[in-house]
Amino acid sequence: MDFTAALAQIKPKLGCLADNLTLVEEAVERGIREQADLILFPELALTGYFLKDLVPDVALSLDAPEIARLVALSRHIAIAIGLVEVTKDYRFFNTALYLENGAIRHLHRKVYLPTYGLFDELRYLARGDRFRAFDSKFGRLGMLICEDMWHLSAPYILAMDGATTLLCLSSSPGRGISTDDRLGSTAAWQRLTATTATFLNARVLYCNRVGYEDGVNFWGGSEAVAPSGIAITRGAIMDEDFVLAGLKEGELRRERIFSPMMRDENLALTVRELCRIEEESSR
Amino acid sequence: MSQLTVNTALLRQILVGFIRDEVCKVGVTKGVLGLSGGIDSALVVFLAAEALGPENVHAVCMPYRTSNPQSEAHARLVAEACGVRFSVVPITPMVDAYFDSFPDADNMRRGNKMARERMTILFDQSALHGALVLGTSNKTELLLGYGTLYGDMASALNPIGDIYKSHVWQLSEAVGVPREVIEKKPSADLWDGQTDEQELGFTYRDVDELLYRLVDLRMTKAELVAEGFAPEFIDTVSRKVQNSHFKRRLPVIAKVSNRTIDRDFRYSRDWGK
Repeated sequence: MDFTAALAQIKPKLGCLADNLTLVEEAVERGIREQADLILFPELALTGYFLKDLVPDVALSLDAPEIARLVALSRHIAIAIGLVEVTKDYRFFNTALYLENGAIRHLHRKVYLPTYGLFDELRYLARGDRFRAFDSKFGRLGMLICEDMWHLSAPYILAMDGATTLLCLSSSPGRGISTDDRLGSTAAWQRLTATTATFLNARVLYCNRVGYEDGVNFWGGSEAVAPSGIAITRGAIMDEDFVLAGLKEGELRRERIFSPMMRDENLALTVRELCRIEEESSR
Repeated sequence: MSQLTVNTALLRQILVGFIRDEVCKVGVTKGVLGLSGGIDSALVVFLAAEALGPENVHAVCMPYRTSNPQSEAHARLVAEACGVRFSVVPITPMVDAYFDSFPDADNMRRGNKMARERMTILFDQSALHGALVLGTSNKTELLLGYGTLYGDMASALNPIGDIYKSHVWQLSEAVGVPREVIEKKPSADLWDGQTDEQELGFTYRDVDELLYRLVDLRMTKAELVAEGFAPEFIDTVSRKVQNSHFKRRLPVIAKVSNRTIDRDFRYSRDWGK
């Protein structure tokens, strides 16, 4: 179906659940007002990014009232949002929820937790262990959280699982100043979203936050990328924004006819070779 | 071969955004900084004026009796050019009162004392105006340890601590720092005739090229030699970086509990902001 996606390029406050929930609810109301069908928020939209020892203090269990409020709003608009999730056995996950028609329809726990350079996620968070596509009213979707997308296998698995739209929730720190008019991280992400969409004949909806935490900027630039790899629309760099993207079913259909790489992808071959590699490397 | 050219429009956007965001999020609207007449503080005051509005920026010039009179003239020129509030607080009485008891103190002690005297004034002005102290140490100085701990290195926020002196020159051109300030020889102006490059023993241009490769690109010594850097130069600079590392860290705390500040009690400074 044709649908309109809103990318809520917000500026969360570090460790302030209540304030961020307000920010999120305002964006959801705006999305409803502007007749969007789906709204995306960044990774850790409810908490901010460099949480460190705050992780347990801002974590929500899935039955938390904050989540219930968003679930209720999803009767009017589908919502994809990032938060810290705590499980019954007190593991803390960097989680993305997909809410639709008043229910949690899917949950993705970030698998690849970057722990290098300025990142320290694995110190504080537990690792997710799966990539699963899921059905929605917009067709089959897959969710990724930031670093997940930098692992080729992650969007590949989702696409092989039938996803034709990838939702990527991000808190990407801006870095790498050069003569280019974009930061190194911006240029790299734009190459990545375009390439991923092109290889997998899938749409990519990328929502990145803005603001500064301890001097680190988050560069925004949220975008909707067509299955051809062309960015349909992009959010402001470094500033808050609210981006609306109209996504046409016909565009997906035509791209899949013109470039049927996913149709021709040989799953059995890939699995066979990966199994061989795993077996050989474990000898 | 310089790898130190940057897109100044983008850099400016990030640094102006940084000042605005990090100042305002603590519930403050103003900044205060020392204006020496040199290029680093000139650049910061231009960025701060753009970020906060010139009426919200207090620039304080704090000359000592041996300071070059041109420094104060340049500080005034810069303040007028960007329209910020400007005041002069001489530090001669306080510094001399102290050294009356230690007349044999050398230039280094006197220079450090002056830098720390200025720091106490800035933090007092910070309380007076309800303004955050903006730092003016660039990445070159910070890496070389060419600054006074708890003196000019002290601040609440430092917009230029991740850009090299070579970037400071470029960005200063772009934001409109007066030409005479950009073109004069960098000097801490702690005693007559002092220049940074003479004291350091190398030029900022040369050391920036080396530091960029050493720190940002993490090149090995063999790679640096292959790029044409003299081994002695590499050793001298590497030693400076290592030996000054203490200046870039908080004081070391003896650990006895299970949760020690900054070791296993870890929060961002922007906690709750």
